[in-house]
This record gives sequence, C-alpha cells and structure tokens, in this order.
Amino acid sequence: MNNILQVCFSAVRRMSTTGPVESTIFNKLQSALSASHVNVINESYMHNVPKGAETHFKVVVVSDKFDGLPLIKRHRLVNDILKEELQTGVHALSIVAKTPKQWEESDKIVESSPNCKGGFGK
Amino acid sequence: MNNLLRRHVISIYNNSVKLSFRSFADVPIKDKIDQIVKNNKVVVFMKGVPDAPRCGFSNAVVQIMRMHAVPYESHDVLSDENLRQGIKDYSNWPTIPQVFINGEFVGGCDIMLQMHQSGELVEELKKVGIKSALLTAEPPKDEEKK
Repeated sequence: MNNILQVCFSAVRRMSTTGPVESTIFNKLQSALSASHVNVINESYMHNVPKGAETHFKVVVVSDKFDGLPLIKRHRLVNDILKEELQTGVHALSIVAKTPKQWEESDKIVESSPNCKGGFGK
Repeated sequence: MNNLLRRHVISIYNNSVKLSFRSFADVPIKDKIDQIVKNNKVVVFMKGVPDAPRCGFSNAVVQIMRMHAVPYESHDVLSDENLRQGIKDYSNWPTIPQVFINGEFVGGCDIMLQMHQSGELVEELKKVGIKSALLTAEPPKDEEKK
C-alpha cells in the first residue's frame, strides 16, 4: 500500500517537474513585463516529440504594460522577449496576454491548444 | 560543319534556359511573398493544405475561415523550406500559421480565434469587401459588439 502511494507520488512529481526552458520563459516574462500573473504551460506532451521535450508552450501573461496595446502588439512584445527561445527549440507558442483589469473580468479559464496533426518534425 | 553548328546552337539554347531558370529562382523570397499577399485579399500560410492541415493551429485557422466562408489562398510551408523561413522573416513573426488580409499581416491562430470571438474578424473582412457567412447565418448579438 505504502509502495503504491509512493509510486503515485513520484509520478505526480515527475509530471509537474519544471524544465529549464519553462523556468527561463517564466522568469523572462515576469521580469520584462513586471507581470502580475504568469503561467507557463508545457504542451509538448500533446505533440510528436520525445518525452520531457520543451517545444510547445502556452503562456498566460497579465501585465499593465499591455494597457492600450492591440492584440498583435502584445503578442509581438511577448515573442520579442522570448526571441532566443523561439530560435533555439521552442517551436510553438500560444499566447494569452491580458491587462490586470481584463484578467479580473475574465473567467480565468485558459483552454488548451488544439491537438497536433503531426506536422512537427518535418 | 552542320554538327558543329548544331552543337553551338544547343549550347546557346542550354545557356539561355539555365539563365532564365536561375533568374526566376533568384527572385528574393521576400518579393515573392510580397506578390502573394498583395495579389490576394486573404492569404493563409499554414502547415499542410486546407483539406488536410498538418498542425492543430493551422487547422483552427482553416475552420475559422470555413465558418465565415472566406475565399482565401493558402500556402503550405512544409512543402517549401525557403517559404517556411521566408514568411517568418517577412512578417517578423516566429510561428505558423500566419494570416494576411489586404497585404497586411493580421496574426496567427490565437489572434484569429480572438478576432473571431470578438466579432472583429467580421469587420476586417467587411473592409476588404468580403461578407462573412456568419452574418447571414446568425445575426450578431448586441452584447457581442462591445
């Protein structure tokens, strides 16, 4: 019984392990945008990549700096901050960029990205 | 003599073919993309083709276009490595798919989804003379038009 619990526990821990790219993305977004909320979701497991890969991400960023900026400029800002990562292995980046007010007014539910259709790796 | 002449002609012919071929291939990808996006009201650069998208994000854009019944030209970046990198440089945008309306880069999957949900897409299409099928199928509610 104890053993089973332990196995379960370590499985959960392994799943929630934060990879190096994931933490870099988190830190960069938080500091560059003085974000009040950052959530980095590694969606790589949904794609045809090795286990533990850090290729597909979704980020949720809430920052004052988005105030007055149209969507495309917010996305460009985030893309720019993560330029290095996007050039060195991060292959997909889905972005939710909101101002604190918009975040408060939203349901705060972030839908997961569409399923892969196998185009990666070509 | 005849033989010599023929060889000469052939070599001239070959050269000119090579030359014209090379000059076509040498058109910078930037100019090619420029032509593509300026000659079509709506262009989608995607992975795969509309009938068989090879990426979930590309598929989502195709579905949005289908819902609005938008006529568009699509280009498969997986079949052209030059285009795959070229389009990212052209729009200074790191990911595929990419949507252009009236020669202007509009966004990728996230932005198209949000524009679709907010009703902005219907307005953008109207500006270029495309009437979204959603307008006839389902009149927009007032609350959606914030």
